[in-house]
Amino acid sequence: MPKSKSAYSITTKKKKSDTYIFVVWVDNEAGVLARVVGLFSGRGYNIESLAVAEVDAVKNISRITIVTTGTPQVIDQIKLQLTKLVPVHKVAEFKREDKNVIFKEMALFKISGKKKKLDKCLNACKKFDLVILDETKTSKVIQITALRREIDKISKKLKPWGLISASRTGAVAMTRGAKIFN
Amino acid sequence: MPKLYTGAEIVFKCLEDQKVEHIFGYPGGAVLPIYDELKNHTSIKHILVRHEQGAGHAAEGYARSSGKPGVVLVTSGPGATNVVTALTDAYMDSVPLVCISGQVPTHLIGTDAFQECDTTGITRPCTKHNWLVKDINNLSEIMHEAFKVATTGRPGPVLVDIPKDIQFAKTRYKKPKKEKKLNGKFNNSFSQKQIDQLIELLKNAKKPVIYSGGGVINSGPKASDALREFVELTGFPITSTLQGLGAYPGDDNQFLGMLGMHGTYEANNAMHDCDLLINIGARFDDRITGKIDEFSPNSKKVHIDIDPSSINKIIKVDLAIVGDVSKVIGKVNKTILKKKNGHSKSNKSNIAKWWEQIQKWRGKDSLNFVNSNDNIKPQHAVQRLYELTKDKDTYVTTEVGQHQMWAAQHYKFNKPNRWMTSGGLGTMGYGLPAAVGVQVAHPEKLVVDIAGEASVLMTMQEMSTAVQYNLPIKIFILNNQYMGMVRQWQELLHEKNYSESYSEALPDFLKMAEAYGCKGIKAENPTQLDEKIQEMIDYKGPVIFDCHVDPNENCFPMIPSGKPHNQMILGPNDQEDNKIKGKGKALV
Repeated sequence: MPKSKSAYSITTKKKKSDTYIFVVWVDNEAGVLARVVGLFSGRGYNIESLAVAEVDAVKNISRITIVTTGTPQVIDQIKLQLTKLVPVHKVAEFKREDKNVIFKEMALFKISGKKKKLDKCLNACKKFDLVILDETKTSKVIQITALRREIDKISKKLKPWGLISASRTGAVAMTRGAKIFN
Repeated sequence: MPKLYTGAEIVFKCLEDQKVEHIFGYPGGAVLPIYDELKNHTSIKHILVRHEQGAGHAAEGYARSSGKPGVVLVTSGPGATNVVTALTDAYMDSVPLVCISGQVPTHLIGTDAFQECDTTGITRPCTKHNWLVKDINNLSEIMHEAFKVATTGRPGPVLVDIPKDIQFAKTRYKKPKKEKKLNGKFNNSFSQKQIDQLIELLKNAKKPVIYSGGGVINSGPKASDALREFVELTGFPITSTLQGLGAYPGDDNQFLGMLGMHGTYEANNAMHDCDLLINIGARFDDRITGKIDEFSPNSKKVHIDIDPSSINKIIKVDLAIVGDVSKVIGKVNKTILKKKNGHSKSNKSNIAKWWEQIQKWRGKDSLNFVNSNDNIKPQHAVQRLYELTKDKDTYVTTEVGQHQMWAAQHYKFNKPNRWMTSGGLGTMGYGLPAAVGVQVAHPEKLVVDIAGEASVLMTMQEMSTAVQYNLPIKIFILNNQYMGMVRQWQELLHEKNYSESYSEALPDFLKMAEAYGCKGIKAENPTQLDEKIQEMIDYKGPVIFDCHVDPNENCFPMIPSGKPHNQMILGPNDQEDNKIKGKGKALV
């Protein structure tokens, strides 16, 4: 892009973008996810992953976890804009490097091949809380939980050993210790 | 057994409880049950428009001139899509609107039924919130919440989509709850400590400037009073955004005029050179800031706004106070008065030099133009209109373009809620229907739409509405046969290639007036102008005034694209040295 001389575009200085995780508590009602996602797409923010499910059936509350990148100014805006939405109760944001927060993603892998290769796969996945969900003589469906980049890495590794299908969730997050976010 | 009401009845019970007196709308299949119920509610008057966009803008004019929310009633499908422009306009300019739309019956939703569209989907990004009512038992609560969301915090439009079967279904009616918390959406959480910090900044400022915006108007007449007191107490110069005009008297000596792209030389230079900038209820819009990197480079910046997401969105500020303008400024004034001997006198002498500098800038007389005896200059026309209407508590609306900027520059407003213009979205065709809404809210007042001939043709059909309800709106058209602002940019940026900005076949506005059943007046030269304007003012009924002006006039002063506040083009003589170069062009 040519260097902007504009009086009308936003800042011309490119600042450093970081990865952040947003946790948003919302009323579980029709269209609420569309409001949150529409806010991101409408204002040009990026969504790397998204996880959403009801967490409180009595109060009808869903928890949305969004991984995004942006400059501190953009992250600040995302938080303030999210807070303005009527069905949003509270918003928390964490830097990916934050040591006080646990981030996890889950993946299901289907691998197929001869026993030797299947064993190789299982071995490689051992450290990621491996669960075997289904097996036949020539295939396995396994579940692992790990960090995003770990899953990126392992799925690359498993490809040549017979990984034929992968299904992944978005990241979910939880703070360490007894304190909860208010 | 408590009485059961139909959905349509509940809609009206809610409107009555919300003290709604007027609704602007257009009937259609999916809202017929609501229209059927209209006859039973005499306290609510329905204004039939000619196009749903007109209903939306009329409701905006109504809301902005009265401080009450505007209510719109439209049918499903095309009724709803036609109102989208007005909702977006209201969203950008923070105008409280409640739009009720009909929807196909619940069991047909999603089947591509006749006149079906995904109304809540389409309007999601242009409303503060919207609701699709799927259960009759939720209707009264949703209606009441709709009014609350539209009018609290930073105001804005909301939409309630009601399927036809819900309008027929019956249930009990629930009155509005007294105090319902809206997830903390109402923000008034500033502290005395922040006020004290502001006072400290005021005390030390040598080159301060106050920059006020539409938030002051939205905060109500009390906010304008508080602002006036604040300006008097501090002795600081004040400038205003387009939307803020009228919050501070336009003819006062401490007022520098509007700032921004077509703002005055003194206002923009004061913004650039100041050491303390106090933003009250404005949002650092790109038409205001000019080049961001060089925006007011040496100042401490204070931002007072009710919307936390406005803070640090465009410009990073040193002190942010989130709250309602009237509350914040009221508190500031009280604190200043308490510390009076410490501040109010001594500071005025601190800024004497600054005022001297401002007077020098004022000497440039940047709103000046070369008048003519042969043809009417548009600026002259606005000035004459102002002189002849200023004693009448006049309400002015505008369309969008050159005439809008000339109106903002040359018409001086002394009271809030007298000036209705589309700033954020810049909607051509806003002014005529808005004038209809203003006149409905203020039947005895003089309401003038300062218009351009291109803009006004976009919503001209609403003259029919004005005639039907005998609303004596005056459509004052500065007719230059061009889309003037487009032509101006083509002259300055595109080597005078006037691509499609000339309207070859304009209607005869006199005959048009006659056809609508209102009065037409034409002015073609400066000598007859005053007399004709007077004729327009004196006429008891709607008027279309066709004022033929110089087609080649440009709107100055102007901050060219890619330039900061202190590099304005002043007028025809100054243009040579200030050509907009290469990359700047792409960026307007």
